[in-house]
Amino acid sequence: MSETTSTPPRASTPQRSSAPPPKESPNSPKIDPIYYFFLFPALLAFTLAITVPAIVGFGYSFTNSIGFGDWEFTGIRNYIAVFRDEGIVGAYLFTLGFALVTVIITNAIAFFLALGLTARIRFQRTLRTVFVLPMVISGIIIAYVFKFLFSNTVPAIAQTLGIDALSQSILANENLAWIALVIVHAWSTIPPALLIYIAGLVTVPEEVYEAASIDGASPASKLWHITLPLVSGYVVINTILGFKGYLNAYDIVVGLTDGGPGVATRTVAMSIIRGFEGGDFGYQMANAAVFFVISIIIAIFQLRLTRGKASFGS
Amino acid sequence: MSTASTSTAPRRMRAKVRYNVPATIILLVCAITVAIPLFVTINMSLKTTAQAVDGRAFTLPAPLSGDAFAEAWSLTDLPRALSVSIFITAIAVVGEIVISSLAAYAIVRNWHRRLFRWSFFYLLAAMFIPFPVVALPQVQMTGMLGLDNPVGVAALHIVFALAFNTMLFTAFLRSIPISLEESMRIDGASTWQVFWRLIFPLLGPMSATVGIFAFLQSWNDFMMPSLIISDPRLQTVPVLQSMFQDQFSNNYNVSFASYLMAMAPAIVAYLLAQKWVISGLTQGAVK
Repeated sequence: MSETTSTPPRASTPQRSSAPPPKESPNSPKIDPIYYFFLFPALLAFTLAITVPAIVGFGYSFTNSIGFGDWEFTGIRNYIAVFRDEGIVGAYLFTLGFALVTVIITNAIAFFLALGLTARIRFQRTLRTVFVLPMVISGIIIAYVFKFLFSNTVPAIAQTLGIDALSQSILANENLAWIALVIVHAWSTIPPALLIYIAGLVTVPEEVYEAASIDGASPASKLWHITLPLVSGYVVINTILGFKGYLNAYDIVVGLTDGGPGVATRTVAMSIIRGFEGGDFGYQMANAAVFFVISIIIAIFQLRLTRGKASFGS
Repeated sequence: MSTASTSTAPRRMRAKVRYNVPATIILLVCAITVAIPLFVTINMSLKTTAQAVDGRAFTLPAPLSGDAFAEAWSLTDLPRALSVSIFITAIAVVGEIVISSLAAYAIVRNWHRRLFRWSFFYLLAAMFIPFPVVALPQVQMTGMLGLDNPVGVAALHIVFALAFNTMLFTAFLRSIPISLEESMRIDGASTWQVFWRLIFPLLGPMSATVGIFAFLQSWNDFMMPSLIISDPRLQTVPVLQSMFQDQFSNNYNVSFASYLMAMAPAIVAYLLAQKWVISGLTQGAVK
């Protein structure tokens, strides 16, 4: 198949003695060409399926294309229009607020569940299995199940109990529908955050707590002064991953509220896709480009904010 | 059931192991919130149409009926959607394992070469590109290339998972000592043979993790197939649920039977492969 070349261990340098000392020696010693063949499918697929569409789409964001047929170059007109489009700006504000609330609630619940699940509890394995289960259920399908619960079951229970505020479906209320979205996203996305917190909490050695107990620390102060600082790295990971996921919210929104009532719960992802289905291509690509830049800025901001402060236990 | 008594307590203290009873009770109560939607799904799907139409979630089925499953099965033409979903998922699982592990192996063994190092960061960039951003040109291009079908969706699933999978495989490969493969090379084995006979089997646990995640993501995805696949008859199981929303109308037993059949494969896969789901998530996060 190919000649046998021994690849050097990563750290070894003796073969380079005669060459000038470059930082890297890209072609020496000889590389088995089959490595290119190993790497090539991934690079090719990635380039064709992501890089090229991203560049092409970015190009179209400067045109009035509707997705097919003729188009004209329109400069940055799309971008100006995006920032003036109340529907799109509204979707950004809604998505950011929704993502912020959901990431806080989900992380808080996941963290306390993880504390519980790493304590000396009964049925530990079974409980872990149960709490992770929501992760494997399709977002749109669980959204349909919750849609039934919010529009039939909750109002029925509220009527029986005489709670007026909940006697009508919150999905039909444009001021409350977002709460349903937060609940279903939390239900569905607590498991990954929970597992990451469990992984973090088991790295905190028991002795640290014992020492604190001897010094008379209360459970709350142990949590605040010992546990949280030691697992802060995991909080960072969960916040970044969670925020990224909620910014892209689509499946559950489509299934639960479909962006409604009206456009009260329309997310950015939905505005891009609905706009495209409505015949805007160039315009929605400008929207997508803005969305991409905002996502990157948020990710960098989160990393900066937490740099040097994150700890991954001991 | 619980392992606490055998694993965490030293033998002589076994009699003294105390469970945290309040924490156990709180968690059991919390577990009910996980169980309710699933209970309602099963409960509603076992009712007759006449009983389900009142929309009451907690009344038990009387009489118990399996009719809703038969009706959902034929109404939505579920077998066809199931075969499409299985087709996409199978390609995604095999493709993700093979392509990512090959790329990761090439990258780790040639880390001192610029091309491979940069390729790694290039692939990682996908983690920061949300699907909605590139979705529209992808819809356009898959249409032009004749890939507006399940094959195109499977290919996109593979590509979008590349970053995470390659990261998992490279982390795992770095922990495999190079001396193992050197002795094999001295015996005259080619890189190709080294990979398939030695490295790929060693990657087994990681492949299991990548595979189960590929399965879950591919099986449950709604956004990509709904946008990419142009022929409604070639749609996947989750998309089918949204296509039939109107026709389900108030036949809640039929809709919930349909939901249950759509969820079941993922739940079964999870219960069988739980270990790999959990280890993959925790390892992926810490790297």
